[in-house]
Amino acid sequence: MQTKRTVFHSRILPYFLLAPQLIITLIFFVWPAAQAIWQSFLRQDPFGLKVTFVWFANYTRLLDDPDYLNALGATFVFSVGVTVLSMGLSLMFAVAVNRLLRSGRFYTTLLVWPYAVAPAAAGLLWWFMFNPSVGIIPYLLSFLGYEWNHRLHTGDAIVLIIIAAAWKQISYNFLFFVAGLQSVPQSLTEAAAIDGAGPFKRFWTVVFPLLSPTTFFLAVINITYAMFDTFGIVDATTSGGPSQSTNILVYKVYADGFIGLNLGPSAAQSVILMLIVVVLTVVQFRWIERKVQY
Amino acid sequence: MASIDVENVGKVYSGGVRAVTDIKLNIADGEFIVLVGPSGCGKSTLLRMVAGLETISEGEVKIGSRVVNNVEPADRDIAMVFQNYALYPHMTVYNNLAYGLKNRGTPKAEIDARVAEAARMLEITQYLERKPRALSGGQRQRVAMGRAIVRKPAAFLFDEPLSNLDAKLRVSMRGEIKRLQRRLGTTSIYVTHDQLEAMTLADRLVVLNGGQIEQIGAPLEVYHAPASTFVASFIGSPAMNLVKGELHGDKLAIGPAMIGLNGFAPTSGAVTVGVRAEDLRIARDDEEALPFRLEYTEELGAQRLIHGTVGDQQITAAVSPEIALSPEMRIAVDAKRLHFFSIDTGKRLPGHVPAEAKFAPVEPVL
Repeated sequence: MQTKRTVFHSRILPYFLLAPQLIITLIFFVWPAAQAIWQSFLRQDPFGLKVTFVWFANYTRLLDDPDYLNALGATFVFSVGVTVLSMGLSLMFAVAVNRLLRSGRFYTTLLVWPYAVAPAAAGLLWWFMFNPSVGIIPYLLSFLGYEWNHRLHTGDAIVLIIIAAAWKQISYNFLFFVAGLQSVPQSLTEAAAIDGAGPFKRFWTVVFPLLSPTTFFLAVINITYAMFDTFGIVDATTSGGPSQSTNILVYKVYADGFIGLNLGPSAAQSVILMLIVVVLTVVQFRWIERKVQY
Repeated sequence: MASIDVENVGKVYSGGVRAVTDIKLNIADGEFIVLVGPSGCGKSTLLRMVAGLETISEGEVKIGSRVVNNVEPADRDIAMVFQNYALYPHMTVYNNLAYGLKNRGTPKAEIDARVAEAARMLEITQYLERKPRALSGGQRQRVAMGRAIVRKPAAFLFDEPLSNLDAKLRVSMRGEIKRLQRRLGTTSIYVTHDQLEAMTLADRLVVLNGGQIEQIGAPLEVYHAPASTFVASFIGSPAMNLVKGELHGDKLAIGPAMIGLNGFAPTSGAVTVGVRAEDLRIARDDEEALPFRLEYTEELGAQRLIHGTVGDQQITAAVSPEIALSPEMRIAVDAKRLHFFSIDTGKRLPGHVPAEAKFAPVEPVL
């Protein structure tokens, strides 16, 4: 690979040019992360007067805490739900748009809009639509004989945050799937058509396998999104309730640390989350490059 | 095995763009037909209509005795070799070959036998477990051919299958396609923009221009009696010289020079005169000739192309490399080897057609 190399004559200039990015990274990422790690080994009294160094006590406590284990489970259900729902729907949309020649661009623009909506706003939107007293969806469901109430029913609550979180991610997945589909040469589907495969079979035996790098990439991105980027949606819809059923890890960090003011265990939780990000990133880079290829 | 009949077929794309107009073409069982023309002439569109990948706007296509206008590609009993091979990249060579048979519910044992036979024929047996990306361009080309062969279709359709190969491989694959087609006796339609490929492969070639057929004929017929100035300039390398001339009785005036025609003049007045580079020679002192001003030469090894002008018109002649050159020369041509075309329509003027038998078989320059 050819790269263009610039030679700096001043020794300070390169550092100066990198400085803005480095300063931002240091102040907003490295410093808080370091503080979180340090804090996860400490225990403070409620008034912040005394700090004790407790080694791994915060971590061992967490792993014995049924609430934390419950949050792990909820996070798992939530992430898998969001990933499957949003990827499934976006793949369907992408396939549909890919068949359109002229109006495809129009639909693409419409489908990308939700991505521009802030998580809290998206959460509020769904909160309104699913509101048991005034929302349209509980009203419609009542005709089917289903009484929707995510304030009381844990199942309803988790379905609500899955739908709200998946909806926001559909745009992103959709764009990648459309790009992926367009990079599958048309002659391949034509060859498959001549080889006697119907449209459905063509998709599952030729197109979908060729999308596997895109699919895998999106799976990792979506799980990461669901685990770490959905605080706003949970906060605006269910706030972790009812009875902890939607208290996913990233929300619990906030609830324990900033509402419960229990900083040590909260820091320990965020460190665990950080480790999960690291693992997912490694998996993404190792696996996408090595395993998913044809 | 089947004949293919293309009856008055036309293609108009949505949006009103016309790609193909009123094509009539009857292909005999086992015949190798080459559609040749510049890009945009409609040759691929025509092929894709036969394949069923494009809808047929006008006319009908018959494979065997069956009209296939509304038949799905899979049910037309054809196989196609694509320009980019269109091999399934995630399948092994074996699965690429077997895919079409599996889709048709062929028993496993028969699939194995057919794949093995095709692989042996194409000498790709040792690559059956590889993925296409682990193959060279020539090997991929063979796999694409193999995928067509295993199905034992009524017709092969080739869409510029050799254009992604390097020059040397192209020549050897060309030979192989020809050999294979002879051996299997399968009716074939082959699309190319390369006139040399067209000449060497075709039983008959179909020259297309602007969505219409300019000429249909055996390669040598087309070469020796091009039906129009378009065909004359498209078939043959170097392209036939086309110059403005004027017929006065039995004499032809080209620029300042005048040569006798020995009774071969088809008409009188202004015409386009065509003459192949290899039909021109250095004139003897005692014969009528054209004054030729040499501009530059190209060496082909066996031949030397000399480019220059007669009057103010460009002329290229192919001469033996031994002949001494000078800036001003005189070149001559046998009157019976001249081609005359209407200056208005570009169509060949009726009259004398050089009899093919009089010519030594011409091997196109490789």
